[in-house]
Amino acid sequence: MSVAGHSTPPIFKRGLPPAARLTVYLALSTALLVADLRFNYLETLRQGLAVLTYPLQIVASTPAEWAGRTLEYFSSLNRLRQENARLNGKALEDAKRLLRQTGLEAENKQLRDLLSMREKTPVRSIAAEVIYTARDPFARRVVIDRGTRDGIEAGLPVIDGAGVVGQVTRTFPLQAEVTLLTDREQSIPVRVQRSGLRAVMFGASNGLLELRYLASNADVEPGDVIVTSGLDGVYLPDLPVARVIRVERDDARGFARFLCKPEAGIERSSAVLVLGRARVDQPRPEEPPPPPAPTLRRKP
Amino acid sequence: MQTTHRSSRILLPVRMAWVWLTLLAALTLDFIPTSQLPGMPDFVALVLAFWCVREPLRVSTGTAFLLGLLTDIGHGSAMGQHALAYVLLAYICGAISRRLLWFPPAAQALQLVPIFFMAQIVMVVVRLMAGAEFPGWEYFFSTFTTAILWFPAHYILLLPQMQPIERDENRPL
Repeated sequence: MSVAGHSTPPIFKRGLPPAARLTVYLALSTALLVADLRFNYLETLRQGLAVLTYPLQIVASTPAEWAGRTLEYFSSLNRLRQENARLNGKALEDAKRLLRQTGLEAENKQLRDLLSMREKTPVRSIAAEVIYTARDPFARRVVIDRGTRDGIEAGLPVIDGAGVVGQVTRTFPLQAEVTLLTDREQSIPVRVQRSGLRAVMFGASNGLLELRYLASNADVEPGDVIVTSGLDGVYLPDLPVARVIRVERDDARGFARFLCKPEAGIERSSAVLVLGRARVDQPRPEEPPPPPAPTLRRKP
Repeated sequence: MQTTHRSSRILLPVRMAWVWLTLLAALTLDFIPTSQLPGMPDFVALVLAFWCVREPLRVSTGTAFLLGLLTDIGHGSAMGQHALAYVLLAYICGAISRRLLWFPPAAQALQLVPIFFMAQIVMVVVRLMAGAEFPGWEYFFSTFTTAILWFPAHYILLLPQMQPIERDENRPL
């Protein structure tokens, strides 16, 4: 080895010169970047090396967690009282709805029996808490306090009380990373509730969402509610996603710009629900009858 | 004013265990969940640059690559993003170490600002090319907070080397 910029005396064996080593490591880093960003090959390597960083992460996050808990402990009595009163009121309201729902579910089951349709399978859900926003400033991700140990897997949808928040993209034993809908690379298949129009929604860069690939004369108005379409088999159908706030129609270009505001408190909510996989309810197509077995023609 | 080799008082030889301990501590500090607080200093870049300047024969691009990978995993960023930036940082710090050590710590910090800035520019360019959104100008605040921390880091990291070997009552130096 030698100091960069100073040539090695030939009498000592010191390995590669600094410039050569720089080239090697730069090439390696670039290869890793391409493999990760372009081809997504490196998830196993990431999971493997995460074993090394995980203890450090626990050490780093525990004091922060304690500090948060302490602050919570000293939060004012008044605020807790107000919250309690609000929640009590909400519980009463919900109870009314729940009582009706039991009746409706029974009725729904009877009707489905009459129509001999399959019952919709109830979906398992796991409550989780958002611990912190991920450090990477280039993406919008949060970390929740449930991981593979609690049955969380990559790809599961995450909702809060008001609507869809995002999707689990990476899992660790005790934590999981959720990519928020507002991330630029996150997309979700949706339906406009009023007109039934199907579309795909992407994150716009400023905390808003946008509907892409819709013609400029598409039937979308400001104020329309956008819900999940459930076509992907990942998100359950009819979960609220966003509300259209602005429509920019420009006839010169083929497409319009539909800006929407997310319904869920995407960057604020701290308690979320991770839904299990929705079973695709579509029946398999009828199999064609097997062709008749070929019979050997007997030679006369 | 003529420059003197002021920042280089006679020190004990460094122990590699201490170097690795400080690098590990920097990595841990870097993993504190601060939720994208603008201007959080990049502790790993700071400590790595420090050892690349002080011990260019022992800490250089290889260490930088390893630390960069671990940072990438801890932050959940693209694999190789920090590695690329840190490898460049380590190389430049190693290349200028002979010159840098002639300056007092405050002047060293000033000269490191453009190097830390370059590391951040590299990361921004890599991610923007991959289609991520621009994180806002406050992202670059951390260059300056990192450079300011060079001054305390100089004393903290050299502390074990500054201890006298044996105390002589008659000749206290």
